[in-house]
Amino acid sequence: MKTGRLLRWLLALYTALVFLFVFAPIVASLVFSFNSDRFPTIPLGSFTTAWYAKAFSNPEAWDAALRSLLVSSVTAVLATAIGFSAAYTDYRYDFFGKTAFLVLALLPPTIPLIILALAMLGWLSMFNASGMTISIIIAHTVLCAPFAMAVIRLRLNQMDPNLEPAAWNLGASEWVTMKSVVIPFTLPSIIASLCLTAAVSFDEFAVAWFVSGLNKTVPVVILEIVTGNIDPQVNAIGTAVFFVSITLVVIAQVLVLRPARKPDAA
Amino acid sequence: MAESRPAKPDYYAIAWRMPLIVWQGLFFVGPLLFMLAMSFFLVKNYRMEAAFQFSNWSRMLSKGFFWDAYAYTLWLAVLATFITSIAAFPASYFLAFKASERLRRWAIFFLVIPFFTSYLVRVFAWQVILAQQGVVNAAISYLGLGPWQMLNTQFGTMVGYLVLCLPLAVILQTFSLANIDKRLVEAAHNLGCGRLRAVFTVVAPLAKTGLVVAAVFCFILSFGDFVSPYYLGGSKPPTLSIMIVDTSKSGQQWPRAAVVAIMMIATLLAVAFTAIGFAYRKRGK
Repeated sequence: MKTGRLLRWLLALYTALVFLFVFAPIVASLVFSFNSDRFPTIPLGSFTTAWYAKAFSNPEAWDAALRSLLVSSVTAVLATAIGFSAAYTDYRYDFFGKTAFLVLALLPPTIPLIILALAMLGWLSMFNASGMTISIIIAHTVLCAPFAMAVIRLRLNQMDPNLEPAAWNLGASEWVTMKSVVIPFTLPSIIASLCLTAAVSFDEFAVAWFVSGLNKTVPVVILEIVTGNIDPQVNAIGTAVFFVSITLVVIAQVLVLRPARKPDAA
Repeated sequence: MAESRPAKPDYYAIAWRMPLIVWQGLFFVGPLLFMLAMSFFLVKNYRMEAAFQFSNWSRMLSKGFFWDAYAYTLWLAVLATFITSIAAFPASYFLAFKASERLRRWAIFFLVIPFFTSYLVRVFAWQVILAQQGVVNAAISYLGLGPWQMLNTQFGTMVGYLVLCLPLAVILQTFSLANIDKRLVEAAHNLGCGRLRAVFTVVAPLAKTGLVVAAVFCFILSFGDFVSPYYLGGSKPPTLSIMIVDTSKSGQQWPRAAVVAIMMIATLLAVAFTAIGFAYRKRGK
């Protein structure tokens, strides 16, 4: 089996290259953000924090950062609430039109963002509701609710279907059962969903660019700086953005994966 | 479940059903239907007026530049789908068959991260890496090669599409390959089937559904993306998504942009349904 072992190593090497390709831009952005050259290349220039200083003293960047924080946290709460109710409906009920319900719940991420952006701009403009911070929140909630639903639905899969009826038999109403049985059971996935949807909203630029008007979020500011010309300030802002979204996605994943392992160990 | 009481309406059930229906109805179905209507509107003095005219449609669909962009976008997306699927496969194969359970879990864990982290910033980083004086050209100049023109070419656009699609493609392919009954592959080997032949005649057909679904996602993502063709591909010739940005952002011609968008949705639906039909065909046998 000599060839088998060689093949194994070649495949492992190839997989490592794929990971290198996937993570290269994230590492490059971090390295370039501390590099003095305006046009970063190898060999690297000297170490500097000047780009961070520039980005941090940029009032537009601060303004955008605060708005992004607001948009992504409100979006996360709304999308998770909608996603939870959809996941619970799918878990518990069978009804006429359920397929249509599920299509409605899961379709938005398959529509290209630029199309959603145009449609949203037209629709919100009709109600004079475009160009505001709330316009971004509305659009991002549409986009994020399916992710919330998927995460929470996975957790509901692990819930014993007899758990709810047991609570009802003991005299709890459906609402009380929801509050003291279902929500506590799904809490890890609810938190995971909050993190994941916040990350999606925090990074979304196409829809935000179209409907935000003058109320720019961080990715929109990045988009505008990049369109101008190469400005290493973007590496500093980008690294900060990576830091936020990677943290959120890692928390979400740890919460989603942890309960899945428990039954194996027990 | 057995607890339902048919006499009065089940407010509890309705309460959990409504949020999604109301929100996605108002802010997802509504906007898409409105966009369809908008494609028949008129623009006068930079203001949109409700109307029912086919002028936007006839104007856009009779133009050579629209069909050029359409063909170009389709070509790029098909190319990206094939390149991504082929580039992802050896890695997915390794993760599904050769790697330990533990390694596979970690690999998926790390691949999910870039899928949810700023695509825009990652493309910008590649713009710097691929530039005329960038990292790649500096590296190959030590070998006495280059400089290569990589930005503002189709190659640049493809790199961007790979950045966008590769993590998801590897995840989906790995899941579908890992679900294959490994005894069938061993049986093929025992019957004297070579490794490569087994990949094409046993592994790929068994994992067909997952492989096709991964490819469909690659197609959807690259067909609709405007960042890679713009910032890495140089926007010339324009793709349909760049056309939407240009017509709606600079010209205020939302109705014409809506025509382009609807043509894109129609194409995506046709491709997705054809592919899924192909994926599930002869599934029972």
